[in-house]
Amino acid sequence: MIKQVLKYGGMFIFLVLIQVLILNNIHLGHLITPFFYFLFILLLPFETPRYLQLLLAFFLGLTIDMFTDTAGTHAFACVLAAYARPSILGLLASRDTYESGSLPRVSTLGQSWFFRYALLMVLIHHFALFYLEVFSFSGFFGTFLRALVSSFFTIILILLSQYVIYRD
Amino acid sequence: MRNLIRFFIRHHVIFLFLILEVFSISLIFRYNNYQRVEFLNSSNVVSAKVYSIYSSISDYFSLKQVNQELAEENARLRTQLEDRIVTGRLINFHDDPDSLKPDYYYVPAKIIRNSINDQFNYITLNRGSRHGVRPEMGVCTADGVVGVIAHVSENYSTAISLLNSKLKINVKLKKTGAFGSLEWDNGDYRETVLNEIPFHIKISQGDTVVTSGYSSMFPEGIPIGKVIKVGLNKGSSFYAIKVALFADFKRLNYVDIIDFTRKDERDKLEQLEEQDKK
Repeated sequence: MIKQVLKYGGMFIFLVLIQVLILNNIHLGHLITPFFYFLFILLLPFETPRYLQLLLAFFLGLTIDMFTDTAGTHAFACVLAAYARPSILGLLASRDTYESGSLPRVSTLGQSWFFRYALLMVLIHHFALFYLEVFSFSGFFGTFLRALVSSFFTIILILLSQYVIYRD
Repeated sequence: MRNLIRFFIRHHVIFLFLILEVFSISLIFRYNNYQRVEFLNSSNVVSAKVYSIYSSISDYFSLKQVNQELAEENARLRTQLEDRIVTGRLINFHDDPDSLKPDYYYVPAKIIRNSINDQFNYITLNRGSRHGVRPEMGVCTADGVVGVIAHVSENYSTAISLLNSKLKINVKLKKTGAFGSLEWDNGDYRETVLNEIPFHIKISQGDTVVTSGYSSMFPEGIPIGKVIKVGLNKGSSFYAIKVALFADFKRLNYVDIIDFTRKDERDKLEQLEEQDKK
């Protein structure tokens, strides 16, 4: 239990720092930033209680908001994605459904499963994020494109990270 | 009653979800009303500390550039000082010692975080209420205007960048004195838009835009940028003018926060005016 808390706590801090200190300074083209911190929500164990998933997502989003002066935008998008997570997991369930104690990783469920999982989750998060940010700002199509391109870069980073860092 | 509690327990996930989402949305809306949510911005202790540690490392990479800029500014200031001594403007002819106090003080500050690629950009500075920084003070560099202080904590403050469409600044054209308002259009970080200049005013490319001094945030005549494109707005009697900013927002390092010493006095006086209108 303590080990889990330390592991996921460390990951939380690590991802937030990577996001605010490095990725937020990368401007791929104009207005496009990958939101790699979202990986935290993807990697939570299957058996995490749903209320805990929501709360963790909320605090993750709020922390990012604090660093980037975006009020509750990230918090909203993260909670939404965390709420949708069980449905998406259900949608992607293969014949050999999730064994108890296994984790949502490439190593346990395969590359293509992880890709589809990451894709759906990132799209939900990014579209919520970008459209919420836009709220008082016009240009439906421009936002659509930005959300799509950002999602693309986020997913690339998330997939890469699976082969570099989290090989457990 | 017991049924109600059981109902809540059974559906606790959806309730928690709704509560968190409504809370997030309310944060977003409240944030728009200028400086409400005190703990939730990058001048709070944790995030400001992280940014200042990070910036203390990354600063070494731009030392050469900063040195050169400071040397240039020194030279410029020294020339100005010579001018003033020669024309005798440093000697004030009033006997009242208080009137000798300068109108504006400059608090030097360092930028510990800056963004240019968001739609609403903010800057975090390493000076706060302990150093006399208050909300609505202007922020500028030797090149030009940078933004306006929004939130202040004890040791840090955040400023709304010029690259933020929530900030409108009163400016004028240096040549003709015609005034308008400057607002970012969420486009390029090197350009902003100047509005409210009527058609009958002559304007040409390369004209300098400076602060008007009509608000108590900036003294008159601080450079902002120069006109690069003059267009006509259909159906309105104002020009659509593109202004290239003098300050390079991608490389901001050291700035000055402008403390207008008679701000309270002026604000109080102008409030009386508001009352008169009612």
